[in-house]
Amino acid sequence: MKITLNNRPEEIDGKESITIQDLLTLKTFTFRMLVIKINGTVVKRDDYATTIVHANDDVKVIHLISGG
Amino acid sequence: MPTFEALEAFLKNKTVGIAGAGGLGSNCAMALARTGVGRLIIVDFDLVTPGNLNRQYYFIDQIGQPKVRALKVNIHRANPEIQVTTYQSMVCSENIGHLFAECDVIVEAFDSAEMKQMLIEQASMLFPEKPIVAGSGMAGWGNSNSLRVECFDNLYICGDGTEEVSATNPPLGPRVGIVACMEANTVLELLLKKFDNEDNPK
Repeated sequence: MKITLNNRPEEIDGKESITIQDLLTLKTFTFRMLVIKINGTVVKRDDYATTIVHANDDVKVIHLISGG
Repeated sequence: MPTFEALEAFLKNKTVGIAGAGGLGSNCAMALARTGVGRLIIVDFDLVTPGNLNRQYYFIDQIGQPKVRALKVNIHRANPEIQVTTYQSMVCSENIGHLFAECDVIVEAFDSAEMKQMLIEQASMLFPEKPIVAGSGMAGWGNSNSLRVECFDNLYICGDGTEEVSATNPPLGPRVGIVACMEANTVLELLLKKFDNEDNPK
């Protein structure tokens, strides 16, 4: 399926849906602190394993690091 | 282009919330106050320490004072017209709704990544229509051109996204100050979008 990931088109091979958790593993996002949005709505950390990304979804994975 | 007086008159009616009054928050607040943003809501639990003075908008005689109290004094020394509402408290998911309800834009100005995430998650859910401007990646020195603003829907992230603060990669005045002013500049851009539309049709 095709999704948009961080403003870029992305092909997820052989899948019609994927959980956020599996998407993070697949795309090797390893940062500890993330904010994730699907179609503009924030997904809480506790819901990564149960939230499903579908074809044509707009997914944003934003990593945050300390300093300020 | 509008005059500064026209901008000031427009910005006078705007409210910006600033979560944290450290390196990002104190410098961002001063930049917004000097530009004439009418009301600032500033939240921080901490006191000024000597270690803050390498990058935060405080002075030696303010060591030991609550940051929010010292910052209010400093803002009023530059611009006494600004309405400054301060809370000396720890921002948490339970009080975000109360603290920032009246803001046009929310600025994330914390130190720790955990707090940044908490604020962005909670504020995005409570106020999906309010833009959030955050900072991520500003430790060390040099490499000014790596600092940038990235837009994710109505979330704006300022910084380089890579230089995390640590014992051997400290936060220093110039890069933290640049990112704080990038946050302030992004806030102005967001507020003044409406100025372009309503008051100054192109």
